[in-house]
Amino acid sequence: MTTEILMPALSPTMEEGTLARWLVKEGDTVSSGDIIAEIETDKATMEFEAVDEGTIGKILIAEGSEGVKVNTPIAVLLEEGESADDIDTDAPAPAPQASDDDSGDKSDSDAKADSAPAKPKTADAPRPDTSPDWPEGTETRKQTVREALNAAIAEEMRSDSTVFLMGEEVAEYEGAYKITQGLLDEFGAKRVIDTPITEHGFAGIGVGAAFGGLRPIVEFMTWNFAMQAIDQIINSAAKTLYMSGGQMGCPIVFRGPNGAAARVGAQHSQDYAAWYAQIPGLRVVQPYSASDAKGLLKSAIRDPNPVVFLENEILYGKSFEVPVLDDFTVPFGKARIWREGGDVTIVSFGIGMTYAMEAADKLAEDGIEAEVIDLRTLRPLDYDSVIASVMKTNRCVTVEEGWPVASIGNHISAVLMERAFDHLDAPVINCTGKDVPMPYAANLEKLALTSTDEVIEAVRAVTYR
Amino acid sequence: MATRKSARKPNVSADELKSYYRDMLLIRRFEEKAGQLYGMGLIGGFCHLYIGQEAVVVGLEASAEEGDKRITTYRDHGHMLACGMDPKGVMAELTGREGGYSRGKGGSMHMFSKEKHFYGGHGIVGANVPLGAGLAFADKYLENERVTYTYFGDGAANQGQVYETFNMAALWELPVIFVIENNQYAMGTSQKRSTSTPDIYTRGEAFGIPGEAVDGMDVLAVKEAGVKAVAHCRSGKGPYILEIKTYRYRGHSMSDPAKYRTREEVQKMREEKDAIEHVRDLLLSGKHATEEDLKAIDKEIKAIVNDAAEFSKDSPEPDPAELWTDIYADVAPQNA
Repeated sequence: MTTEILMPALSPTMEEGTLARWLVKEGDTVSSGDIIAEIETDKATMEFEAVDEGTIGKILIAEGSEGVKVNTPIAVLLEEGESADDIDTDAPAPAPQASDDDSGDKSDSDAKADSAPAKPKTADAPRPDTSPDWPEGTETRKQTVREALNAAIAEEMRSDSTVFLMGEEVAEYEGAYKITQGLLDEFGAKRVIDTPITEHGFAGIGVGAAFGGLRPIVEFMTWNFAMQAIDQIINSAAKTLYMSGGQMGCPIVFRGPNGAAARVGAQHSQDYAAWYAQIPGLRVVQPYSASDAKGLLKSAIRDPNPVVFLENEILYGKSFEVPVLDDFTVPFGKARIWREGGDVTIVSFGIGMTYAMEAADKLAEDGIEAEVIDLRTLRPLDYDSVIASVMKTNRCVTVEEGWPVASIGNHISAVLMERAFDHLDAPVINCTGKDVPMPYAANLEKLALTSTDEVIEAVRAVTYR
Repeated sequence: MATRKSARKPNVSADELKSYYRDMLLIRRFEEKAGQLYGMGLIGGFCHLYIGQEAVVVGLEASAEEGDKRITTYRDHGHMLACGMDPKGVMAELTGREGGYSRGKGGSMHMFSKEKHFYGGHGIVGANVPLGAGLAFADKYLENERVTYTYFGDGAANQGQVYETFNMAALWELPVIFVIENNQYAMGTSQKRSTSTPDIYTRGEAFGIPGEAVDGMDVLAVKEAGVKAVAHCRSGKGPYILEIKTYRYRGHSMSDPAKYRTREEVQKMREEKDAIEHVRDLLLSGKHATEEDLKAIDKEIKAIVNDAAEFSKDSPEPDPAELWTDIYADVAPQNA
């Protein structure tokens, strides 16, 4: 049986090319790997190698031919014992390939039909889960966010021996922000590991350890430094489950303080909420209260997916009521309504909640009742709670410390337009950090962040009061 | 093979030699077929062929025990075949079909097999090096005496994270073999033009990691070095570096115009140093096999590769619903 040599595709985008030169002639024997022709693509002149061995029986396309379509037979190869007479000149055209235009178009449109974005839903108000985080009557105790995070790690390390903690200064120094106080004493150096200052490297080692069956908690001293490691977080941790067709999961928690602290300048003051919230495959958590810090961190450590857990240095010392329960967790994707109200919905998360709550208190003095929603997790995001609330209040203000462009608030605004457009009585306003690197000077830093006054002003604007 | 300086009377059985011949030939024929399917438009995107480097993975696999792990970069087809993954599943992943190892969602650069302890298939140069050390970290933590082969190229050897990893691997005595497959070209940049010192294996010295250079065109030399490295790692002495000097006959990827080296250079390597020819020569000259025996192996391999190619064409494209699966381990993804 003779073999047709087809015009090859020599780049991901090549559809046709020029057969610049034949390096063999009819009657030549070739073996696999021999260069038989030079082909010009849109990018370069490439050498074309024989795949099979045999004798060149007939050259079908002369050198110098331009616009030769990929998969056109360009020569015929004879195997041992065949002669040129065996060539069937009426050979049928090659069978259509997967890249053939027809089949390509068809499968394309099929895929489009199946993945069409959901049509705007404005009919029924969603019914979000508004159950309380802990049963009524449960004893609670005041605890700082710092203590709550520490307790969450310790409890999970006690119950699962594959959980370990690594990061800069987490062991002997007991944490740059003292989140890991006492953990080295209790769990030993095998499970509480000081790393060198090499975020890229140890984030990757953490991801590899998760592939290998452990549940690492990787602390970044702050999320600013995790930019050195962002490739491992996104390309290795978030995408591998998908790329492996579901074989290789990555149960890991990356955690540390995120956003502005106080007077530490541009490189140490950035909110990454919107950055990570964009990545499919990641869970993104940003707690405000101590009970959420504890309950969400415990959920994060148990989650089979990579979790980006964004804390805040200024909140570490704030105290909140935390339920006294043996095993208290908070599920992902369930917002918390901190305050009910009918005049406006204020949506926030993390430290943004301090502005939201303060603004709501002040507005109440003027008779404006705000409903304040803490998203708690940004991926998954509790759209239903936000939409149900806006259908009630018809107005929405979002609050975050991150930059304004492509912010979480922008996203919520877009979703509200799609799913609750007819319920909006005013444009949604996003209160965000200013579009500037963080300045050092105290007065400028204050201006660069959002503020309670800005939230109040925004609420007055959307309520026309 | 008269020109091969390292040639010596090998202390190796006929069966072992034959299995090396067979395994290397499978990789070469598979890759040639992949190149052909790429030319036909059945394989898309990037496709990095392993032709020329076969002795590296085949030699090292001969030093591995059940449960040892391997992780590599995007030039990964050879590693998968060498560790026993099914050629059909690999080829069907190349064609982006349901029957592929990642059900068509990974492609040439991203395949995995938990069963064969193959952890990918990674596309960012250097990024798989800390991942490999992390796998070794898990093994040490779990006290299961396994070793991880972490493969990367001479190009990746200039990435910063590689040295961050060397430091931690040595500090924590992780059972990881860093296998530098030095094929002399980082894409189109020769080692001379990209790398300040000629011997990459010596770069472990700064971290106290022993290393050695190995003739990567000699599968027996590779195996011998692998056995030594594995023994070092398994005995708890920490990491080991093998710089395996090899050569890639084909371009960096399918769309490589190969202007950075001469045709003569490639031809010389193929004619004088080819790893498969070397073993073929040993088999014939040592009277371990006849021409007929080898022809039978060739035929068997050809059939396996043709079956894989047929399977990869017949396997359907993934169901459109696959777009939305495997994003999270436990639940369906949330639609915004």
